[in-house]
Amino acid sequence: MYQTTYHRPSSLSEATSLLASASEAKLLAGGQTLIPTMKQRLAAPSNLIDLGRLDELKGITVSGGTVTIGAGTTHYAVSTSADVKSAIPALAKLASGIGDPHVRYAGTIGGSVANDDPAADYPSAVLGLGATVVTNKREIAADDFFLGMFTTALEEDEIIVKFVFPVPTKAAYAKFANPASRYAMAGVFVAVTSGGVRVAVTGAGSNGVFRWADAERALAANFSASALDGLTVDSSELLSDIHGDAAYRANLVKVMGKRAVTAAG
Amino acid sequence: MASISMTVNGKSVTGTVEDRTLLVNFIRENVGLTGTHVGCDTSQCGACVVHVDGIAVKSCTMLAVQADGRSVTTIEGLASGDQLHPVQAAFREHHGLQCGFCTPGMIMAAVDMINRYGANLDEATIRHELEGNICRCTGYHNIVKAIQAAANEMAGLTQAAE
Repeated sequence: MYQTTYHRPSSLSEATSLLASASEAKLLAGGQTLIPTMKQRLAAPSNLIDLGRLDELKGITVSGGTVTIGAGTTHYAVSTSADVKSAIPALAKLASGIGDPHVRYAGTIGGSVANDDPAADYPSAVLGLGATVVTNKREIAADDFFLGMFTTALEEDEIIVKFVFPVPTKAAYAKFANPASRYAMAGVFVAVTSGGVRVAVTGAGSNGVFRWADAERALAANFSASALDGLTVDSSELLSDIHGDAAYRANLVKVMGKRAVTAAG
Repeated sequence: MASISMTVNGKSVTGTVEDRTLLVNFIRENVGLTGTHVGCDTSQCGACVVHVDGIAVKSCTMLAVQADGRSVTTIEGLASGDQLHPVQAAFREHHGLQCGFCTPGMIMAAVDMINRYGANLDEATIRHELEGNICRCTGYHNIVKAIQAAANEMAGLTQAAE
């Protein structure tokens, strides 16, 4: 790891001003991606701003048909929250499948979504449920947030504060995890929301998480796994790597989509 | 450089470290406790698992400065004098190790697992919960047996104390 200068702000406003003034700064949330990336020298921020002790970024509240989760809330906290399990069980289950127990104690929802790894789990829930991303500056709809692999609508001086998830009528997430890394080779989040059926796919797209429009239309007409039988996933926009080629992932997306629909019931 | 202080196994320690120093390196090189191992160094293997404020984390994936002011427990902090912690004793009794390299992380992960599940730990749960700890020798069977035995024994001790 290259040299860096560590900062530990004690409030969100202090973090915001540090981020605006420090050169080549990165925000450190749970560190489960950023620290390994810095160790590999793939990232070398001159300044590291630790959000880990900002209580104002943590916590889960349920009210008025929404679940609000602070950006600094760990995967462990989401996966074991009685409120999340009751309101959006699919979200708790997704969080329980990220990494391993030690990673889940440290990693946060805000860190995962801001990083927007194309194989991360959380982006599919944010997009699949049509959540709102609330930052220190504005509110961003999920449909406007994810702009491609490791690319989001976040500006340089913007910090995610919380996520507001609408409680769906039903939802489920099915993932085919890479046997070694546990990252999704294909993960499909299916939700029936007041705005209709939404299907978000992670792990497979070469531009990161995306909505599978054909599946949304088919499921709106007939919400059953068999509704996806006749669909073909276009492999031209899918990832090919040593773990599986685009055609393999195209099939995985369909299989995971059907599993998610079945699990949603 | 940063001046940090934390509690390690009940003792207060201080040190001056580079901001980029990992917690595992601070524990091994500054505090001199080498029971915590660096295996893969890529957050996969779990040989470096310690408890920070009571929860199990990978100390190769946390900066020492992040643990400033926290309470850290390492494998050296589990036993009471000559009396092994029940999980340590169970690993010995059930031959839950071969080369021993992964053992400190396995035991710290097991203690955390038992803290969360108590006596409700079944074999499938133990195997699932061990997904962040890799052993290259034993094939896990005896590790799983040891954790199961320790969970049962610790539940019995809790009941006996009540």
